[in-house]
Amino acid sequence: MPASTLTRRAQRRGPRVVSAELPVYHGSFGPKQAERLLWRAGFGPQPGQSAELAKRGMRGAVLSLTRPADRSLVGPLPVLENGQPIQPYEVWGNDVLWWLDRMVRARAPLIERMTLSWHDWFATSNDGVGSQRLMINQNQTQRANCLGSFPRMLTAMTTDPAMLIYLSLSGSTKVDPNENYAREMQELFTLGVGDGYTEQDVREQARALTGWTNSWDATTGPTDFHFDPALHDGGIKVIYGHRGNFGWRDGLRLVLHHPDHPKYFVTKLWSYFSAEPLSAKDTHAAASLYVSSGRQIRPVVEAMLMHPLLHAGPRMVKPPIVQIAGMLRGIGRYIDTDAWAWESNLVGQMPFYPPNVSGWDATRWLNTGTWLARFNLTSQMIVANKVLNPASAKGVPSHAKALTDEAIAFWGKPTVSNATRDALRAYAQSAGIDAATAAWQRKQFPVLTLNALRALVAASPDYQTC
Amino acid sequence: MSAHRPDRSCACQDFNRAELLRRGIAQAGKGLPTIEPGMPTPAGTGLSRRSFVLSSAGLLLSVYGAGRLFDPAIFEAGIAQAATAANGPVLVSVYLQGGIDSMSVLYPAGDPLYASYRPTLGLAADAGPVFTEDPALHWNPLAAPFAQLHAEGKVSVLPTIGYSDPNQSHFTSRHYYEVGATDANLLTGWMGRYLDVVGSADNPLQGLCLDYSLQPALATARVPVATIDLPTDYSFSAEGVWGAPQTLMYNAFDSLGHAGLSAGDQAMAQSGEAAVMSNTLRQQLLQFQPAQGAPKPALPANYPSTTDEFPARMAAVAQMLAAGLPISCVTVTTESVFDTHENQVGPFDSGLGEAVQTIYAFQRDLEARGLADRVLTLVWSEFGRRPQENASAGTDHGAAGCGFVIGTQAAGTMIGEWQSLATGLDPLGNLQASADFRGLYCSILEQWLKQDATQIIPAAASLARVQVVKS
Repeated sequence: MPASTLTRRAQRRGPRVVSAELPVYHGSFGPKQAERLLWRAGFGPQPGQSAELAKRGMRGAVLSLTRPADRSLVGPLPVLENGQPIQPYEVWGNDVLWWLDRMVRARAPLIERMTLSWHDWFATSNDGVGSQRLMINQNQTQRANCLGSFPRMLTAMTTDPAMLIYLSLSGSTKVDPNENYAREMQELFTLGVGDGYTEQDVREQARALTGWTNSWDATTGPTDFHFDPALHDGGIKVIYGHRGNFGWRDGLRLVLHHPDHPKYFVTKLWSYFSAEPLSAKDTHAAASLYVSSGRQIRPVVEAMLMHPLLHAGPRMVKPPIVQIAGMLRGIGRYIDTDAWAWESNLVGQMPFYPPNVSGWDATRWLNTGTWLARFNLTSQMIVANKVLNPASAKGVPSHAKALTDEAIAFWGKPTVSNATRDALRAYAQSAGIDAATAAWQRKQFPVLTLNALRALVAASPDYQTC
Repeated sequence: MSAHRPDRSCACQDFNRAELLRRGIAQAGKGLPTIEPGMPTPAGTGLSRRSFVLSSAGLLLSVYGAGRLFDPAIFEAGIAQAATAANGPVLVSVYLQGGIDSMSVLYPAGDPLYASYRPTLGLAADAGPVFTEDPALHWNPLAAPFAQLHAEGKVSVLPTIGYSDPNQSHFTSRHYYEVGATDANLLTGWMGRYLDVVGSADNPLQGLCLDYSLQPALATARVPVATIDLPTDYSFSAEGVWGAPQTLMYNAFDSLGHAGLSAGDQAMAQSGEAAVMSNTLRQQLLQFQPAQGAPKPALPANYPSTTDEFPARMAAVAQMLAAGLPISCVTVTTESVFDTHENQVGPFDSGLGEAVQTIYAFQRDLEARGLADRVLTLVWSEFGRRPQENASAGTDHGAAGCGFVIGTQAAGTMIGEWQSLATGLDPLGNLQASADFRGLYCSILEQWLKQDATQIIPAAASLARVQVVKS
């Protein structure tokens, strides 16, 4: 089944920016809207960045993210507590630091954010792979193709060594075809659970995908991943009603041209940007844009980032690793500890270790355990010499409003609702002012209260959502 | 056979090292184990300890969905006004993750085909005690403590529990067991729906998950539940905060939470509720906080001594019940993974031994504390394994597996039956189920929790009930 001539024509024409049929946000676009965009399409603003981005207007702001002129990292290189460089391939947790550093220092945050989405979409865990090198290689492949062609992404992921191990495609042979990859490719990567394919299609896709294998090196582990025609099932298969002597590339082509794929693609992609689903009409328009662009990712992302729901729709809970990176960006801290490796696990999102092949469950980021962990993050964020010492701190305000403002400013002045600001101010008044009766308390309680307020701002519903 | 790991003897060591690293995570703050440069990183088991749930698009939308109440008045009613009776029935779910090989827990020594199905994994007839209700089966010697509880009438054995048209994916089959239906799209758990019917809006402990993330069986649509690592570890730290500003800070959790709950936004409400419930839980668990500088209390006697958190978590359940906390449903997962595709014996034996000893110690702990008549423990796994062992001295995913209902009030009689290997296999060579997990859930709901199952389990009316509690 060749790609349709319409698709080929669209590919030659190049990607369009926005479909005429998808609505575009026309409301005001100030620092507050830019702040949300930076959290949804990146890892939050650095101090002052929201106001800067807002000057470009909504469309200019989106295009600066989707077509970045500069993909460099700025700021000091990541180190451990002892000042030594991280060892992402060798040392446990340093893989997490390697990526978190990119999130914190990226000039082009959407590239890292899309890479995070693809890591969730093609969720692969080092728990099953056992090689930080292979995981990071996969991550680089996802990054290189993060706004490119989805067929190319699917091809790269199907034949990626970490994936070949994780979903058992390496070693799946004509004698003993393994259905693991074929099933998840359809259920999670391209079509979704539904009536679009049958158990027989799973078995037949598994046959089409046979032939991948690798060798084993006693010191370096799995190596030499390749397709061996001798292991491939060359027989006739019937997939989605098509009959042929299909190989692995045919299997991918068939699933990419399955009528259910475009809708699944845009629905899943949109879910990374908004908690509110697109209407049926907009889903259809986005799917049409995807197909007419030649199954390119960037045009669809651009249209989604300009959609009214993204800018004016309901808020989303920040993914935990996004929150960690954003806190670091907000306070201007770079990677100087391995604490983030286990902290990311405690808050519920340790990169390179998704819970399973369906990725993280974004509807359940917050529970009593992860809320505790998010609160305790602040203690890690504020290095010892930045904790205010009540015996020596100078210039700490002695009234509630100024204490509250100073705590919010500590995180780079995130937008805080009036209700939350009132709650913070009430605490500042009761703890910093009213509770202080003795002279030493009047000196020390405002300082203790400001330390607490910093943690409370970060734990507020406003800061945990965007 | 997998091509990537031809040196099968490495699997066990890798497994153990992976576990070691996971423990390192659990002991965060005390220094992390590092792997020396050049040392191969651990190959996992392919199944994480926090497996599962279909979060594919379209399902992402509404766990705490539109039906979730944002009414802050509910939360103004005050905290810890627990509606869950502190003396009501308790259900404890123990999940043996990875699909345990039921034919090595209760092995059919008396089946003429057993030796041919298990040429290397088979156990001798005289190795383990006979299962008195069906002498064709013997208990694995490591499961002897279960045999003892069974002799005391405290264990109902399900030799082949499952469902029709079995799914062999860990994720899918586990999902079915968690939600209590063979429905890929159901997002609330079967215990969660029970709590939605009987639970209160202000008591997170009514549904208690001892883990880092919520076990799906406890996912609710209406009422809060708690996820904690261990009760001793539930403490909030803010550097440079003490005295009155610290005490008042906890009150601010509630006022911030109410700001979120009143915002008219689902995500803000979710965050706000987590804040309020975390503070409620903090107060409920204050009594478990070790004194400043004091070492963690040791496990009570008889729990296996290990750095795994599973025994500590089970011991904590007994302690929390003894403290009178308003707990109704509990989920705990073994740290051991039973996905034994290769070289089964080593990891299987260590995992089974720890699981059985822990559950036995838990039962004796409850009895010693006078709590045993209030607690029923359900032990389950997502499937059993294929009767025919594979070429790697392991077993592949199967269909029906074993389950246990344990407690002084458990009926203590077999549910379902063991069919012979000659007659009890499906066309794929897997064990056929003689008892349906959904029927078991309905029976537990009705006989133990005294709740109408039709409100909780889909198509409950069509499911056969079994005797699960002493009549």
